[in-house]
Amino acid sequence: MTTAAPAIQPSAWADAVLAAAILALDPEGIGGCVVRAPAGPVRDAWLALACSLLPAGSPTRRLPLNTTVDRMLGGLDLSATLASGRRVLEKGVLASANGGFLIVPMAERWSAAAAAHIASTLDRRQVTVERDGLQERTPARFAVIAFDEGMPDENRPPHTLMERLALHIDLRSCSQADIADCRAVDGSIDRHGPVDAPMADTPIIKALCATSLAFGIESLRPPLFALTVARLNAKLCGRSTVTEADAVIAARLVLAPRATTVPANPGSPDDQSEAQEAQKEQAGDQSESADDDTVDVTSLTDRLISAASATLPANLLRTDGAKSVSRTASDGKVGAERRTLLRGRVTGVQPASRACKARLNVLATLRAAAPWQRVRRAEEGSTRNNFQSSPRVRIRRDDFRVNSYKHQSGSTIIFAVDASGSSALHRLSEAKGAVELLLAECYARRDNVALVSFRGATSEVLLAPSRSLARAKRCLAEIPGGGGTPLAAGIETAMSIAESVRRKGDAPLIVLMTDGRANVARSGQGGRAGAEAEAIAAARDVRFARIAALLIDTSPRPHPFAAVVADELGARYFPLPHADAAAISNVIERERVGLQGR
Amino acid sequence: MVLDQVTGGAHADSESNCLSDSGAQQPTAGEQALSAMRPGPASSEFPFSAIVGQDELKLALVLVAIDPSIGGVLALGDRGTGKSTSVRALASVLPPITTVVGCPYNCDPSQSTCDCEACQNKLATKVAPMRIVDLPLGATEDRVVGALNIERALVDGVKAFEPGLLARANRGFLYIDEVNLLEDHLVDLLIDVAASGENVVEREGLSVRHPSRFVLVGSGNPEEGELRPQLLDRFGLSAHVTTPADLDTRVEIVLRRDRFERARLAFIGEWQASEVALRERILAARLLLPTIESPKAVIAKAAQLCLQLGTDGLRGELTLLRAARSFAAFQGDGAVRDDHLRHVATLCLRHRLRRNPLDDSGSSVRVERVLAELFDR
Repeated sequence: MTTAAPAIQPSAWADAVLAAAILALDPEGIGGCVVRAPAGPVRDAWLALACSLLPAGSPTRRLPLNTTVDRMLGGLDLSATLASGRRVLEKGVLASANGGFLIVPMAERWSAAAAAHIASTLDRRQVTVERDGLQERTPARFAVIAFDEGMPDENRPPHTLMERLALHIDLRSCSQADIADCRAVDGSIDRHGPVDAPMADTPIIKALCATSLAFGIESLRPPLFALTVARLNAKLCGRSTVTEADAVIAARLVLAPRATTVPANPGSPDDQSEAQEAQKEQAGDQSESADDDTVDVTSLTDRLISAASATLPANLLRTDGAKSVSRTASDGKVGAERRTLLRGRVTGVQPASRACKARLNVLATLRAAAPWQRVRRAEEGSTRNNFQSSPRVRIRRDDFRVNSYKHQSGSTIIFAVDASGSSALHRLSEAKGAVELLLAECYARRDNVALVSFRGATSEVLLAPSRSLARAKRCLAEIPGGGGTPLAAGIETAMSIAESVRRKGDAPLIVLMTDGRANVARSGQGGRAGAEAEAIAAARDVRFARIAALLIDTSPRPHPFAAVVADELGARYFPLPHADAAAISNVIERERVGLQGR
Repeated sequence: MVLDQVTGGAHADSESNCLSDSGAQQPTAGEQALSAMRPGPASSEFPFSAIVGQDELKLALVLVAIDPSIGGVLALGDRGTGKSTSVRALASVLPPITTVVGCPYNCDPSQSTCDCEACQNKLATKVAPMRIVDLPLGATEDRVVGALNIERALVDGVKAFEPGLLARANRGFLYIDEVNLLEDHLVDLLIDVAASGENVVEREGLSVRHPSRFVLVGSGNPEEGELRPQLLDRFGLSAHVTTPADLDTRVEIVLRRDRFERARLAFIGEWQASEVALRERILAARLLLPTIESPKAVIAKAAQLCLQLGTDGLRGELTLLRAARSFAAFQGDGAVRDDHLRHVATLCLRHRLRRNPLDDSGSSVRVERVLAELFDR
C-alpha cells in the first residue's frame, strides 16, 4: 500500500477541482456538492468547471429560493389538458434536471420543509407527483449543487439537504490566482463513462468507518459516501484497486467537513497510543483472531485522521450550527427586512370571497370550472344566438380560487444567559428550566427559541433558533458555568441572532438574564468601568435597532446597574431574586403576547 | 368509472419500477433483468431481513403487519439511520391480501361494506400484495382524499369520483417520510380518517364515502420539529431509531449497503430465503392471532402499567394489549404472558406520556423505570 504524503496539503481549490471531477463521474451516486462560498468569480469558475465535465447536453437547472412547490414538482398543464381532453403533466424543475445538475443558490435560506422535497427526490431518484388530480412518477436522477452563502454566524443549509450531498467544499479562502493555477490540471481529468469503479478492500472500508466515528459523525451516510468517493477517485486515477491515497481524499472531501468533534491529535505520541487503544477496544472481540488485520486498520485510520484533520476549520466545532461567535464590525445587516402578506408557502387552495385581495390561483380556478363546461355550454346554447362567438372556457364567480399562505411570522425568544461566577449556578438551572417550559409549548405556538450564554471572556451561541425540544435539551445540558461577566459580548451575540431572525420575517425577543455585574470587556480584559461602558453601548445598539428585549435581574440583591442596562436596552426590567422556572416563563409569556399584539 | 379506476391503480403499481425508467444513465443489465423478473413493488428495495440492528423498528413493523388494528408505527431518529429503508423494505415480507377485482379500495370480498360496482356484484376476487402507499410531502388535498376526475368531466361532461391516496392505502400501509414536516391541513385530514377508518368526501358537488383503514407509518427526525399531539396519538407504536455506535456493526452496515448498491439482483437473491421465511412466520402469526388468550392477570397488569405512567385515555392500554397479543402470536405462544407485555410496553407507551419538560430523563427511561417496578419485584 502506498503511503500518502500528508505533509503536502493540497489547496482548497485543488480539492474543489477534484470534487468537481468526482461529481461528474457519478452525479447520482454522489448526490451532490455543498459549495461554501460567496457569489463571485471563484464560485462561477468552479460551477463552469463542474458543468463542463458533464456530458454535452446535460441539463443544469437553477432552483431559485422562491420556487413554489408546484413548479418544483410539476403539476397539471391546463392548456394542454383542455386542448387534448387528457390530463397532461407539466414537468417541474426537479424532473427537468434529470441527468444533470440541480443548482440551489442561497441554500442556507431554504426551510427544512422545502428542502425535504429535494431530499425525497434524491432518495427515490424520481419525482413523485400527487397533485392537481395527477399521479405521476418521473425519473429525476441529478446531482444537487448547493451554494451556501451564509455568514459565519448564520444558519447553514437544512440538514436534510446537507446530509444527502456527499461532497462539501469551501471556496472562501480561494483567490483569483488559485483558479488560474489549477486550470492546467483540468485538462487531464478524464470524463464520464459507465460507473465501474474499482472495489475497496475490507480494511479500507473499516478505516473509513472508524475515521467517521473519530470525527463524531453519527449518520451512516457519510461513511458510505466516503467509500463511493474513494472508489471514484481510484477510477479517476486509473487504478484498479482502491488505495490509501483514495481513502485520504474521501476522508478529506466527505468526512472532515462534517466533523463534530476534533479527534485526538495523532501527531502527539501520547494521544496516538490512547487512540490506538480505544480503537483496539472497539475492535476488541475480533482482535484475537485477526490481530494483524486490526493493527493494519488502526494505523490506517490514524493516517486518514491526521491527513484529513489538517483541513478541519480552525475554529471547531459544535453540532447543529451552534458555534462560538467572534463578531467583528463587518458583520452587519445583510439585505433589508422582507415581510409581505403573500410571502411564505402555499398551504392550500380555497374559494375566493368577494372582497378578497389574495392572488388568484388560475390553475385551481380553471380546474374548478372545467367539469361544468359541457353543462354550461348546453345551458348557454339554448339562450344564445348560434352565430355569437362563445368563449372557450366559461368561468363563473363560484369558480374563483385563491391560495392560502402560511403566515410565518412567529416569534423567536433569544435567551442570553449569564453563566458567570457571579450568577450563581442555580440561576443557570432555573434559566434552563424556563427555556424548557417555553419549548414544551412551542409546537403549539410555532415559536422558536435560541440560547446564548456568556461567561469568561466570550459569548457563545449554544442553540441557534430552533423549535426542537430534543436539540435544546442536549444543548442546555452542556452549559458550563463560572468566570467573568462579558455582558457586552452577550448582548451583541443576542442582537446578531435577533437581526438574522428579523431578516427572516419573524419577531425576535431578547431575554437577558443577568445580575448586571459586567466586568469583562470585549477585548477579554477585566475592569468594571470599561466593561460597563461597553455593555451600555451594546445595549443602545439593541434599542436603536428596535429589537424588543426584557431584562431579568437574577441576583439576590438587585443592583442599580442592571436597571441602567435595561433602560439603555429599552427593555422592561424584572428583578426576580427568588424566581423559579415557572415564574420566569410567565413573565416572558406576558411580554411575548404584548410583542405579537404590537 | 370503475374501469378508469382500475387502470389508475395499475399505473400506480409501476411506481417502484423506477429502475427501469430511462434516466441519464442507462440501468445496468442486472437491474433491467431484475425489474423484468420481479415486477412487484418490492423488487428494488433493500431486503428487510438484511437490515442490521434496528430491532425495535423492525419488531414494531412486524407487529402491525400481523395485526393492523394496533394502529401504526412512528419511527423517530437521527439522520442517516435507515428509517425509510426499513419501512420500504417491509413490502417484501408482507403477506398478500384477497381483494375484489376492480374495487378501487381493495375491499375484502368476505366483509365488504363498500358500495362500488365491483363489490356489489362480487364478480371475481384476486390475491394482491399488501401495498405501502407513499404520501409525499408535496401532495395536494385533492390527491389525498380523492376528487373529481377532471378528464371524465372534460371528455364526457360527467361528474365522476377519482379515488385518492386514502383509497389506495385501504387495507395497506400509508407511509409518510419526514412526517413532522407535513402541512397542517394534510395532518388534519389524516387525523380524522385514521381515527374513523372511513374517508368522507364532500366537495365539488360530490358526496362519497369509502373505507380507508390503513396502517399509518411515519418517520422523521425529532430535531426538525415536534409532532402535534393529536397526530402522535394516532400512532400505535413509537420506535426510536439510533445509529449503532460500535465500529463492527457500522462496518457491516456499510458493507451490506455497498454490496446492495453494486449488485442489487444478487444481493436480493441471497436474502430471498430469509425474506420468505419471515413472511411465512408473519402469516402463521396472523392465523394464530384469533386464538391467543389474554389472561385476566395480564390485562390487569397492563391497566396498572398505564395507570402508573399516567397515560391519557384508554388507547394506550388497548394498544398495549393488542401489541402483546401480536407479539405472542409472532413467538408462536398460545397466550399472552407478562414477558410479552414487558417486551412491547416501551414501544406502545413512550409517546403517550405527558410531557414533563423538567424531567430530564427521556420518556423511554420513564417507561423502563415503571416496568422495572412492576415486573422485577
